[in-house]
Amino acid sequence: MKITVNGTLRDTAATTLDALLVELGYAGAKVATAVNESFVPAAIRPEQRLNEGDRIEIVAPRQGG
Amino acid sequence: MPVFYETEITSRLMLGTAQYPSPAILAEAFHRSGAGIATVSVRREAGGERAGQAFWDMIAALGVHVLPNTAGCHSVREAVTTAQMARELFDTNWVKLEVIGHADTLQPDPFGLVEAARILTDDGFHVFPYCTEDLVLCERLVEAGCRVLMPWGAPIGTGLGLNNIYGLRSLRAHFPDVPLVIDAGLGLPSQAAHAMELGYDAVLLNTAVAKAGDPTMMAEGFARALEAGRLAYEADPMEPRDMAAPSTPVFGRAFT
Repeated sequence: MKITVNGTLRDTAATTLDALLVELGYAGAKVATAVNESFVPAAIRPEQRLNEGDRIEIVAPRQGG
Repeated sequence: MPVFYETEITSRLMLGTAQYPSPAILAEAFHRSGAGIATVSVRREAGGERAGQAFWDMIAALGVHVLPNTAGCHSVREAVTTAQMARELFDTNWVKLEVIGHADTLQPDPFGLVEAARILTDDGFHVFPYCTEDLVLCERLVEAGCRVLMPWGAPIGTGLGLNNIYGLRSLRAHFPDVPLVIDAGLGLPSQAAHAMELGYDAVLLNTAVAKAGDPTMMAEGFARALEAGRLAYEADPMEPRDMAAPSTPVFGRAFT
């Protein structure tokens, strides 16, 4: 299945957002997520099904003004 | 000291966390200035990068309040989703709401700002809107649920100071009970002192400190200017006048 993660198109075998995070090396990381511009809380990730063409954002704390 | 959404802050300085020469200098700038609030953001992270955790550990060690921003968002949808992601990451319902309307000036999109402020307030956020000094916009933001207003002094990162003294002064007069913060555009401590003399409650800085030759010294300079300006405001300054008036007594002058 082709999805876009942080602006980059990629193939994944994961079917849920939680599985995708593990597949990409985010397990245990302090990150927040959105799918197709909608926020997905951490507790919901295991139930969040992924679909062809989904746009995933994975963000973390950073410096800001 | 200013009170934002029932939380009293021990400083009138809010400091950004970007663009410092090093994390150690960032931390020292906070210590030396006594800044009470740190602004932060969220950005994309690669798998295995773990930079967010390291940054968060450093900010948490400062022991200050954290104010996440929605910097760079150009639509209501982006800003709302960014705020929701930040709330989860930083465990706070405070958000510095930015909805940028123009790429050159980075000025707020007033229409999107009001809409996003309403959505976020209804979702339980305490919104700190980065806005212009437009009185009608500020009234709409208060109606949308904002209990703090953060008008710009000048465009972000310019260091031009307070560009519209009249507008800022009338904002203070119209909102005597709403905390007002100058957000963006300051370059020098004298400009921060001026904001205090106008009766503003706090200022939010980043570039002016982080890009100074000695950021920690500049941070302390701003802290002292804020104290001086606030003292002047509370001391009830004299009224300016056009004609000279001698300060030394006229009575008893020799040769009369």
